[in-house]
This record gives sequence, C-alpha cells and structure tokens, in this order.
Amino acid sequence: MIKIVKRDQPSKTIFFFTPVLAIFLTLVAGGLIFFILGFKPFEALKFFFIVPIADKYGFSELLLKATPLCLIAIGLSFCFKSNNWNIGAEGQLTFGAIVSGGVALLFYDQEGFYILPIVILAGAIGGIIYASIPAILKTYFNTNEILVSLMLVYVSKLILDYLVVGPWSNPEGFNFPETRQFSESARLPLLFEGLRIHAGIFLALAAVVISWFVFYKTYLGFQMKVSGFSLKTAKYAGYKGKKMIILVFLISGACAGLAGVGEITGPIGQLHREVSPDYGFTAIIVAFLGRLHPVGIIFASLVVAITYLGAETAQIFMQIPKYTGQVFQGMILFFLLASDYLLFFKFKFIGSKK
Amino acid sequence: MIIDINFVGLIIASIMASAVPLILASCGELITERSGVLNLGVEGMMIIGAISGFALMTITGSLIIAVFGAMLAGVLISTIFAFLTQTLITNHVATGLALTIFGIGISAMIGKNFVGIPGKEFPVLFEGLKDTIPLLSPILFGHSIVFYFAFALPFITSYFLKKTKIGLIVRAVGDSPESASNQGINVRLVRYACILYGGAMCGLAGAYLSMIYTPQWIENMTGGRGWIALALVVFSTWNPIKILIGALIFGGLTIIQFHMQAIGVRIPVQFLTALPYIVTIIVLVVISRDSRKIRLSTPSSLGKSFHKDN
Repeated sequence: MIKIVKRDQPSKTIFFFTPVLAIFLTLVAGGLIFFILGFKPFEALKFFFIVPIADKYGFSELLLKATPLCLIAIGLSFCFKSNNWNIGAEGQLTFGAIVSGGVALLFYDQEGFYILPIVILAGAIGGIIYASIPAILKTYFNTNEILVSLMLVYVSKLILDYLVVGPWSNPEGFNFPETRQFSESARLPLLFEGLRIHAGIFLALAAVVISWFVFYKTYLGFQMKVSGFSLKTAKYAGYKGKKMIILVFLISGACAGLAGVGEITGPIGQLHREVSPDYGFTAIIVAFLGRLHPVGIIFASLVVAITYLGAETAQIFMQIPKYTGQVFQGMILFFLLASDYLLFFKFKFIGSKK
Repeated sequence: MIIDINFVGLIIASIMASAVPLILASCGELITERSGVLNLGVEGMMIIGAISGFALMTITGSLIIAVFGAMLAGVLISTIFAFLTQTLITNHVATGLALTIFGIGISAMIGKNFVGIPGKEFPVLFEGLKDTIPLLSPILFGHSIVFYFAFALPFITSYFLKKTKIGLIVRAVGDSPESASNQGINVRLVRYACILYGGAMCGLAGAYLSMIYTPQWIENMTGGRGWIALALVVFSTWNPIKILIGALIFGGLTIIQFHMQAIGVRIPVQFLTALPYIVTIIVLVVISRDSRKIRLSTPSSLGKSFHKDN
C-alpha cells in the first residue's frame, strides 16, 4: 500500500530537482500531443528541441531569445519573492521600448558615444514609470496589482501601435507601420560577424549578478524573503511594507524596460508593431522554473528560449503550428507546479502487498 | 435633429449583446471565487470555448452539440486547474496564468484549420415581434437564446447564493473552509464543482463570441475580455446583480467606440480601443480605495489553499 505523508520540512534536493522533472514530463506530454496530431513523436521533438540549436547560428539565436527572458525573469523574481504579482512585464517591456525608441529617434541623424547610454537609460526609466502605476495603485489605493498590470499591457501595445502608425512612422517609409532606422550609435553592438547575438546579453548577466548579491547579501533581500514568507511577520518586524512593494515593482519594471531596449536596438534597430513575442508573459514561467534563483533563471531562460526556436523550426520543417511553443510553455508551468507536491509530501510504502 | 427611436433601441441592444460574454464569464468566475478559489484562467477557458464551439459547429453542423461541446471543453480545461489547485495544492495565481497561456496556445493550434471559414447563422427568438413596440422591440426581441440566458444568469446566481442550501454551502466553504469542513462539508468537492461550473460558463462565453457575436474564428479573439470579466467580479464586490451593471458599462464602452469612429470623431482609434482597459483600472481604483468594504465583501479564503490533514 502507498500512503501519502506530509514532510516535516520541504525537501531542498527536490526543490531543485522538480524543474528537471517538469521539463521531462513536458517532453513526454509534448511527444504525446505530436502523436495525436499525427506526427512521429521523436522526430517532432528532435525538430523542436535539438535541430534549432545544432549549429553556431542556432546557438546565437538561442542566446538572443534567452536574453530578454532572463532579464525580465530576474526582475520578476524580486516581485514574486516578496509576494507581489506583477504579471504585466510585457507592458513594461513595451513601454520601455517606446521611451527608448523615442529617444533614439531624437538622435536618428547623429552619431556619438553618448547616445547609446542615454537610450538604454531611457528604456529602464520607461519600464520604471510603467511599473510604478500598479505599484502605487496597490500601495496607496489597495488596488489589485494583477489586474492593473495586465490591463496596462493592452494599453501599452495600443500606444505603440498608435505611435508607429501615426506620429512616429517613417516619413520615407511608404506608410509601413514602423519608425525610421536608429543611427548606428543608438544600437547595441552585435558580438560576432554574421550572428544576431548582441551586447544586451551583458545587461542580462549584470542583472543576474546584482540580483544574486541583493537576494543573499543585503538587508533588502532578507526583508523580501520575510515578506514573501509571511506578511504578518514582516509587519511585526517593522518593515516598511509600502516602500518595499514599490521598490520591487520598480526593479522589475527597469529589467523589463531594458529587455525592451535590447529588442529594438539590437538586430532590428527601429520601433515596429511587434516588439516582443510575449516575452513578458513567458518570463513568468522562466522565473518559476528557475525557482526565483538567479542561476536557476539562467538555465530556465535557455530551456524556455528553445520553445520559441523549436516552434519556428517545427513550423518550417513539419508544418506544426508555431503555437505549439506556447502549449509547451503552459505545460512546463503546469508540470512544475504539480511536481511541487513532492516538496511537501512524500509517498510511503507500507507493507509488502502491492 | 430627429433621433430615430428605433435606432436608439438598436444601440442599446448592441451594448447588451457585447455585454453577454462578460456576464457569462463573470457570473461563472463569481461562483468559483465565492467558494474561495481564484481562477485567473478565465481568458484561457474562454478562448478554448470559442474554438471548441466554432470547430464543433463546422464539423458536426449542429449548433446544440457546438454550444454544449464548448461548455464541456471549458469544464475539461478547468479540470486541470481544479486537480492542480485542489488535489495537488498548487498556487492559484500561478496555475491560473499557466491555464491562460496553455489555453491560448492550444486554441491557436486547433484553430489553424478553421481560420477564414464563415460561421453559421444562429437562430434568434421572437423574430416576428421585432417591429411591434418602438424602442423596446429591438431590445427585447430577436436575440439568441444565449443572450436571454446571460441576462437571467445574474438573478439566478443571486438566488442560488442567497436562497438555496447549496448556495449557502458554497459561501460557507469560501468564507471559512475550516468550519465548513468541521460541519462535515467536503470542501474539496465543493471547490471542484465550483471550478468546473466556472469553466462551463467561460466556455459558453467563448462560444457566444465565435458563434453568435462575430461568427468566425480569429486567433486570440477573446482579446482580454477574460481579464475584464475578472475585474468585473471585483467591481461587483462579489454581487451578481452588480456584474450586470458593470458588464453593460463595458459593453457600452465597446459600442460607443464604434459609433464615435463612424461619426468621425477625431480621436485615434487606438485610444478608443484602449478605453475599456483604462476605465477598468480607474473603476478598480475607485472600488478598492475603501479597503474595509473590499475586505468585508471578499470571500475570506479567496486564493488560499485548503488542505485537511488526515
């Protein structure tokens, strides 16, 4: 007989093992879905997860997609650790892209070393401004941050749409919904000839290092941990709750805004309608899969980035619809949450009868 | 200027029509939340309902199979959520988000073969009475059965919660799962039922969109209505009758947007499209400012997992 017993303490080994289990289960379920759709499961999985990153170009594309995911997820981990549900990173990314793109357009016919830092800073500020809306409404007006941050995603995309179709559209662009090309000085440099991976990856790595330091070496990190664990305890300890809520929102807004900068000043070099293929939402999954741990998030962002590439390759080679990527992302989160059950409960075998 | 009174009636009717999916989804979610469960997967369940309804209608040709099939699809997808949050005790917020991401992906995957196929005409009731009473006729007559059901639903829901025994049990489970459990109520079972019911209503809301409101399949056609439905539940302070009012306000915003464009008001179309989202935020702020009122009307155990050790 099998009995389910509650663990005295959540298991630490299992804490970092369940993400791997979740990925494995996702592959099995994914194979099953491909089978139902009439594809050979192993071949489909190969096209989805191995073919896209088998060469140098593929690997560069992987890093290109993982960069914004990692950056945003790091920011979100500040919020999630302290029990703040910012799910509007997609909007903060978009608004960051709008502000930095606007600044880059001011300098479109100029060159100079000072332009790029200003553009990057503008993106971070854009993200901060946008994240401050749900933060302030939550702290001072008691408004649900989940709904506000999400509504703002739709608003940001409409603002972007208005700008690239209307006032900011390229005057020589034959009415295409896009702006002028930014000047070379406003672009994040590409790292290798012929590959699209750009210097934005260093922003992501810097965020990883800084967040690790804040989480584990500062008082703020400790406060966040306590607040996430129990708001009552945090209040009892006399932490300034409101200040911390606003701060974590601003940090995650800045990260999302920077991801937006990377998207428009990297390989593309202009603003257009679709600055992000839902990186802001996918990064929520990355943050959880990485267990809100900076290093975990690096690995998680690489794994989840494959679903983007895999969806594209599978579409080209096997005519599998590209939305399979999203299906995989949803499944990863389902399986991860489900396997968390093992954290708190264990199966005990009693007796010899089976 | 002469205002055609029947034209006013038609505008009111179109506002009501655009409120239908919001009413259905919100009333479903309201029951789920009343039992203490926060399901953020409304958008995902609606879009699954939309594609299931449209696909079944195209394949079988039967509107009845399609409508009930969409509700069943909503139930099935919400079963995943119920199993995770109730049996495996996962976090409600994260699980609901996963449900929405998964739902949007899988609906687009299924829907690939249904893009561009024209929908069928959905039968309307009381067609013959359409020209009898000025102003009221277009409002009262000539709508689908789902339309009438949606406007009855808030009253049914209110009656169910206030006057029936099962309704009382649902509220008890949401307000104090511990004492409900001590009274011998199976908390988990009640919550399962409420989640699946919410799924059915969201499925129906989606089917209304793809089969009746705009009879065709477009990717992501719910376009955030699921999230507005969630906001409406907060707006209503968990009172079904107020959902009706809220849904009509939002329906009105959507319709006014079209008419303002038609009469050539020089406001960018994107601003008008953004209006419902911005108004949602403003309304949420106004409602939530009074934290005492919110605390009193929110189901006490909303979003908290309940696990009985045995």
